[in-house]
Amino acid sequence: MAVVTTPASAGGEAAAAAVRRRIAGRSTDIVGIVFKCLLIGALLLTVLILGALLYEVITGGWDVLSSDLGSFLSGRLTSRAEIAGVAQGLAGSFWIAVFVVVLSFPVGIGAALYLEEYAPQSRFTRLIDVNIRNLAGVPSVVYGILGFAVFVRALESVTGGRTLMAAGVTLAVLVLPIVIITAAEAVRAVPDSIREAGFGVGATRWEVVRGHVLPYAAPGILTGTVLALARALGEAAPLILVGAVTGRLGASYEVLDPSQLQERFTAMPIVIFTWAGQPNADFRTLTAAAIVVLLVVVLLANTGAILLRNRYEKKR
Amino acid sequence: MTTIEATPLQLADLRGNPSRMRKESAVRGLLLGAATLSIVISALIVFSLVREAWTFVTEVEAASLWTSGWFPRRGLYDVKTLLVGSLLVTLIAMVVAVPLGLGAAVYLSEYARPSVRRVLKPVLEILAGIPSVVLGFFALTWISPEIVQRLSDGATQFNLAAAGIGVGVLTIPLMASISEDAMRSVPLSLREASAGMGARKVTTSTRVVVPAAVSGLVAAFIVAVSRAIGETMVVAIAAGATGGSLFTTNAFRPGQTMTAAMAAQAAGTDSVKGAALTFQSLFFVGMLLFLITLALNLVADRFVRRVRQRY
Repeated sequence: MAVVTTPASAGGEAAAAAVRRRIAGRSTDIVGIVFKCLLIGALLLTVLILGALLYEVITGGWDVLSSDLGSFLSGRLTSRAEIAGVAQGLAGSFWIAVFVVVLSFPVGIGAALYLEEYAPQSRFTRLIDVNIRNLAGVPSVVYGILGFAVFVRALESVTGGRTLMAAGVTLAVLVLPIVIITAAEAVRAVPDSIREAGFGVGATRWEVVRGHVLPYAAPGILTGTVLALARALGEAAPLILVGAVTGRLGASYEVLDPSQLQERFTAMPIVIFTWAGQPNADFRTLTAAAIVVLLVVVLLANTGAILLRNRYEKKR
Repeated sequence: MTTIEATPLQLADLRGNPSRMRKESAVRGLLLGAATLSIVISALIVFSLVREAWTFVTEVEAASLWTSGWFPRRGLYDVKTLLVGSLLVTLIAMVVAVPLGLGAAVYLSEYARPSVRRVLKPVLEILAGIPSVVLGFFALTWISPEIVQRLSDGATQFNLAAAGIGVGVLTIPLMASISEDAMRSVPLSLREASAGMGARKVTTSTRVVVPAAVSGLVAAFIVAVSRAIGETMVVAIAAGATGGSLFTTNAFRPGQTMTAAMAAQAAGTDSVKGAALTFQSLFFVGMLLFLITLALNLVADRFVRRVRQRY
């Protein structure tokens, strides 16, 4: 007696045979194999492009990086390729990082805490929520216009115009929605049982947040903030609009000298942008070397944040 | 034997320590201020754009809006040059990003073993962290000579196609991660039911999982488009046309997008000067860009919310 029985109607016998063949036979699934190869191809192509980029950049800048690294890191922006260096770019990027950390981290984490812990389910809360998500999708040039109109022009008495301070605040504003969103996700992941235990022994909401929720969510918040900082270090378009110097930058300060905050400035992405536009072939080597310097910082930050998040996810 | 006096509980006893309560409301007010700051920022963006853009819209001569090209310092504000440029770059970027990003996402979510996934996902996230200036340099020095100029003989060194491919590479990780999230949120039961009916893996992936995740995939696409339209530095470095640009539909020649036009106007000279409305044209283009990406983001948000509701 056949295991598979089908009604002996039109095509029944053929269908039964096909099913028996499918279950018991060993036909190769060609379409499946081709599809899987296409998918792997897509992934491989992506990885290869990344590899080509890193290879191009490292070999392009190798001359400068291997021989003159010290003078490259301490040189300034000039039009003479032999003595040009990224010191001013590094100083500018350093101070931008300081502004981002000091301004947007507390405000962003505070806003996330309000939205997740304190906010009632009202239209106002939903408005803030939608607003933050929209702000995260606004192009960076538009933040540059905000920086130019508000921090450079309207607040010129405070920032001094097209200065490092204006740039730092602009980038802090740009990065704020990202900090809020990632911090909110980290806080949301804290189990309610922890909060309820705190309330159960009579703590106020702030005491619960400060003593239990924040420490529990700290790795996730840290990951988000490091990713946001790495993003801020790589942005160039807002800096162009806020008046970063793209040619020769005369004055040069010690890295930690805060008086440069009210002066014209440059930053690593702008240095790269300036040099990339130079027709002189020597500048191509310099551009590649500057890219390597920037990538080292940005990729280290990103990798660190990802590793931190993976470890944190494994622990929970 | 002593007896304990039982005084009735007063309301005042249940109220907390006043200093704790004061601290509580102070903190709450502070955090509310932080959250409201985001609305202030939005208002500032709109305000800074609208003020000068309005001047442009009311004072511009209609004739200068339909000329041979975008030359703001000479008073030629042909907006369609910028719109077509942005469209070309975005189109080419999507041709690159959608197949690669979607393919990578389907592989990572349906086929990859956990060990493979653990290695490949961070690689994609590293690609996501590469600054756009770097990709612009790569587009100019490698994509343009190796790819674009091999495809077309008439291609110049600076061209929109190289910039488009660069923007596409930039957008692949975004497309891949949102698509993968959408596909992973499809319940396992659907895949198991499909396999239980005798479907092959490829059939399950393409006929069951992808259609089930389509809202998330559309959201991923729209977010990617929005990112591509807003990308500045890749185009500014690789597409040429810093002073102004003639209207062109040829992707193998230099061109200009909305974003790079704004950057070009602010860089170059030390301040934004030129013909009468040059300064305001910067804000006008910014306003256009802001409205387009806002619309795209609102639509994408609607799709993402629909994905969350289903499951």
